[in-house]
Amino acid sequence: MSTPSSLKGGPAAPKKRETFSSRKLFILSAVGSAVGLGNIWRFPYVAYENGGGAFLIPYLVAILCAGIPLLFLDYAVGHRYRGSAPLAYRRLNRKAEMIGWWQVLICFIIAIYYAAIIAWAAMYCWFSINKAWDNNADGAGAFFQGDFLKVAEGAGVSFEYVPNIFVPMLAVWLITVIIMVAGVNKGIARANAVFMPLLIVMFLILVIQSVFLPGAAEGLNAFFTPNFEALLNPGVWAAAFGHIFFSLSVAFGIMITYSSYMKRKSDLTGAGYTVAFANSSFELLAGIGVFAALGFMAHNTNAAVGDVASGGIGLAFIAFPTIVSNAPLGSLIGVLFFGSLVFAGLTSLISILEVIVAAFQDKLGWNRKAATLVVTIPVALISLVLFPTTTGLYLLDTMDAFVNQFGILAAALVSVIVVGAGLGALPKLAKHLNRFSSVKVGTGWRVLVGGIAPAALGYMLINEIQTKLSEQYSGYPAWFNGIFGWGMAGLLIVGALLLSLIPWSRSSKVSDPEFEGYQKAVERDEVPETSGKEY
Amino acid sequence: MTALAIVFMIIAMLTIWGGLALSMLNLSRHPEPEEDEEYLADNAT
Repeated sequence: MSTPSSLKGGPAAPKKRETFSSRKLFILSAVGSAVGLGNIWRFPYVAYENGGGAFLIPYLVAILCAGIPLLFLDYAVGHRYRGSAPLAYRRLNRKAEMIGWWQVLICFIIAIYYAAIIAWAAMYCWFSINKAWDNNADGAGAFFQGDFLKVAEGAGVSFEYVPNIFVPMLAVWLITVIIMVAGVNKGIARANAVFMPLLIVMFLILVIQSVFLPGAAEGLNAFFTPNFEALLNPGVWAAAFGHIFFSLSVAFGIMITYSSYMKRKSDLTGAGYTVAFANSSFELLAGIGVFAALGFMAHNTNAAVGDVASGGIGLAFIAFPTIVSNAPLGSLIGVLFFGSLVFAGLTSLISILEVIVAAFQDKLGWNRKAATLVVTIPVALISLVLFPTTTGLYLLDTMDAFVNQFGILAAALVSVIVVGAGLGALPKLAKHLNRFSSVKVGTGWRVLVGGIAPAALGYMLINEIQTKLSEQYSGYPAWFNGIFGWGMAGLLIVGALLLSLIPWSRSSKVSDPEFEGYQKAVERDEVPETSGKEY
Repeated sequence: MTALAIVFMIIAMLTIWGGLALSMLNLSRHPEPEEDEEYLADNAT
């Protein structure tokens, strides 16, 4: 399939680019992308650890000073240049194309392990009913690592498969591939239109049930009581900026891709505010639900909330099973909680895959179905080879930690520096945002994106490099972190460079009569000066 | 719950959920404009 002649012979793309049929569907899909596992299992613990109620201050500052401005930047690049990440960056400037491919490769890494977590959560829906973890006398933690994942001793790579993970992962991939093949409106938008309302209803029931558990008030006290001294700690501010940055899924291609499917006269900033606050609204709800449940857990074991509080995999797969076993109507809590993880995860996985699918669709100039299958099947196969094994957890842990810091964060820093200081594109992009937007952007936005964002991202990246260099991540062997951490992150950059050197064929979307028409229309829309409310 | 925790819970709800309500209100005041052009035709010459 890789010879040039077969490239030209691939099923050609239709002349018209797909668009979300309405603004509502775009917003729903963008919120579906932003609301992921992190909102449920990361935010509550980050907020608790970094000042409780007082964390609200750095959190809001981070949303307004970095999250929303960066979201606008992604919208502007994707919508103005109407392409997948590599094509949009290429149209902005030929030299910037590599950033787009870097983001595509980052999404590839995330997609292959994200599917594994969704599969675990799906299995835990079932375990919530039969309480399988009760059979392990050593508790839910021992069940998770021993009975369920069958984790091998010591980090490495094994090809010993665990059927209980392989089968649900295969199901996750089948569902996802079907959604992706169906396209932007019939697949992505429709899936979000079903999964998102379901997620919100399920989660609301979970939260209501949790706050009526005995001990819930203690949990909420722990979550909301402010510790103002935390505000003097720069680490708390970095945590707020870091959390918002990862939570909003900015700067790794997703929002560029989704906004390229918006109609020409879209209110980009109005939609951006709604997406950002909807994402935070869900997080706040998750904080209430999770800490109410942790309050019950502490009450039940006569421990302090601080002793049972955790985040990430520990919260979901160790703390929550314990709550499910002991709480009244525990099975319902479990099904709602793990079901929410599945739906939140699926809508994010779809958006991550769309970055890759769109890039190859533009590059090959193929139609939706062909490009989707050519991308998603190999991604699914790699995921199914590496992660349903006894060493899947180690691989997931290292890849996640390194791709977040030296993938997403590093690529974000490079992109804001290149787009802002390097190419001086911010005034042009501001003009684009202001065409039909209800909130205008001005000098403030340019300062935030061109100055504050690179400073904050740079600070976080330097911190991370220091931490990762000073100790072996998770205590794994140096060779393991070297290959799947540092090596993987480095390979993404090399891969991006190589992909950006492959010439675009004549049948690709690089020369697209529809885009040329669009560009002329967009330039006509531009208003000479900003007016009204300015960011 | 303690009074202090309740106060901070209410502040968080007002700012974050209030922010969502305001941004949705802003959107509803700016309905989607009609799309008027077919870009391919635009460029047909």
